[in-house]
Amino acid sequence: MSMIWNFPLFTVVLSLFSGVLCMMLPGRAARNYTIAYESVLIGLVSCVLGYTLRTGQEFTYPMGEFPAPWGNEIRAGVLESMIALLFLVILLCSILAGYHFIRKDMDESKQNLYFSLLNLMTAALMAMTWTNDIFTGYVFLEILTLTSCGILIVREIGRTTLAAVRYMIMNLLGSGMFLMGVVLLYDLSGHLLMVPMRQSIASLASDPSSIPAISLAVGILTIGLGIKSGMFPFHFWMPDTYGWATPASGSVLSAIVSKGYLLLLFKVYVRAIGIHVLQQTPILKILFVLGICGMIVGSVSAIRASAINRMIAFSSAAQIGYIYMGIGLGTTAGFEAALFQVFAHAVTKSLLFLTTPYLAEASGESLKFSALQGSGHRDPLAGLFFSVGALSMIGIPVFAGFSAKLMFAQAAVMTERSWEILVVMSALAVSCTLNALYFIRTMIRIYSESDVTGKRGFRRLKFDRSRAGHIVAGCLLTAVNVFLGLYSWRISDLIYRGLGMYL
Amino acid sequence: MIAGFVEHYEEMAAVILFAVGFSTLLFHKNLIRKLIGMNIMDTGTFLLLASMGYIRGRKAPIIENGVQEVSAYINPIPAGLVLTGIVVSVSVTAVMLSLSVRLYRRYHTLDLDRIYILSRHEEEDR
Repeated sequence: MSMIWNFPLFTVVLSLFSGVLCMMLPGRAARNYTIAYESVLIGLVSCVLGYTLRTGQEFTYPMGEFPAPWGNEIRAGVLESMIALLFLVILLCSILAGYHFIRKDMDESKQNLYFSLLNLMTAALMAMTWTNDIFTGYVFLEILTLTSCGILIVREIGRTTLAAVRYMIMNLLGSGMFLMGVVLLYDLSGHLLMVPMRQSIASLASDPSSIPAISLAVGILTIGLGIKSGMFPFHFWMPDTYGWATPASGSVLSAIVSKGYLLLLFKVYVRAIGIHVLQQTPILKILFVLGICGMIVGSVSAIRASAINRMIAFSSAAQIGYIYMGIGLGTTAGFEAALFQVFAHAVTKSLLFLTTPYLAEASGESLKFSALQGSGHRDPLAGLFFSVGALSMIGIPVFAGFSAKLMFAQAAVMTERSWEILVVMSALAVSCTLNALYFIRTMIRIYSESDVTGKRGFRRLKFDRSRAGHIVAGCLLTAVNVFLGLYSWRISDLIYRGLGMYL
Repeated sequence: MIAGFVEHYEEMAAVILFAVGFSTLLFHKNLIRKLIGMNIMDTGTFLLLASMGYIRGRKAPIIENGVQEVSAYINPIPAGLVLTGIVVSVSVTAVMLSLSVRLYRRYHTLDLDRIYILSRHEEEDR
């Protein structure tokens, strides 16, 4: 057993330890410690990714040396490593760029608790990424919910508490349904570890009379994770949650937390149930329809939004719809496109959520469109980063969003089912047009000359130390976005290899 | 069909509890009632788990008189899962209660619809 086999477990244990440690540190020290330890985790996960790529296979780490099916397991492959790396990089960028607002939004004495919650959230995300046990997935899913609620209510204004309560209620409904789905799957298969569960479900599915029972269990579990990840029609909690949180929390919740739930859904589908069994159930078709509805309804709601944060939040609902549409295609190419969209959306949305507060800061602390006029001139860097995110969301070539949309179109063509090709192409066309409508409208507004403030033309770029974190995070996220756009084939190849390890 | 319901009365009770809890959590406006609904929903799931693990005529999984055959004991895993689930449920309830207290201190009501209306009167944006 190589030393690297311990690294996934280290990422969970270190995060738990850091969560406790940060409670004892002062605010700024907790922030610096969190940045240092997140960097260490990025190093550890990069080693795991390199190892799995070099050996060409995943590895299983039996917890406490108890072998399957009795013990608990960690499984690390290419896909898990890539997603863990994505989560950690975005967490790091959110802390770097969001610290300016964390200082504004909360008392100095409470900042350490915020970082403590972020570390516990990292532990939950890492555990959900690596685990091979569906019940462990449930436990850390609840920890993720609690920590998400914690980082939401740190901004002590009435609306955040109300948003947190609504978020918690929806998440509790989702958790309850997920747990019920897990219990029913355990009842059917007799296993909680994903691979033995898949073998058991596959043998059950050979008898067509057991398909309704499997569909019921997987359906309940899917609704649970759908509610938590913001699938249409359960997306209405998103604008309040993402819009009222401090920017670092908005970025983390939108870009990472919802993806954590989606990753668990992917793992359950591919590793615990199996694509062939899923294709015999009506669940994929329902997800396909809901995904397309989400793409359109999310975008229409974004057009009607009066504030930029709500527009971006509704846009998230539309982008989550793309992911469910990809899953709903029910093919490996569809899953690949959906996973690529996870990467593209996470990178782009965190850039947008971390940038808009700077535009608002340059516009009298208002996020309303009317106040944002000319903000791209008043804060050129924020304007630039917003434009990168917006162009990626619309699907302009060179950026990640374009590659994701192209992959969805290719996945639809590869199904060779004419009605699916027609529906996907039409949905992509309509959704891209709607995305362009509200993002280009916003870009025009932020680069229009402001009549209100009377300030015209670009301000000279000045280096401000408090902006260093935003500049580093913005440049990093922009670079990753462009890399995903230009070298999408490299990422899709890695996703393909990762999915191959799952099957 | 009725015979099937009678035979699986524990599972039926669990499903009814889950449905009652789910609908209370989803549709009630009062925060405390929503919380009670959440606990009823979780109880339904735990009852289902416990009933799955119990096998009539078998004993608790503690080795007695040197009997080591698996067939002599009930399945211990669901009981472990129920315990873990209860811990999670208690933690979530505590967080939700603290949020309810915070909302009540600010708006002097636990009716979510009223709280929403009151919050809309507050400043819309930063």
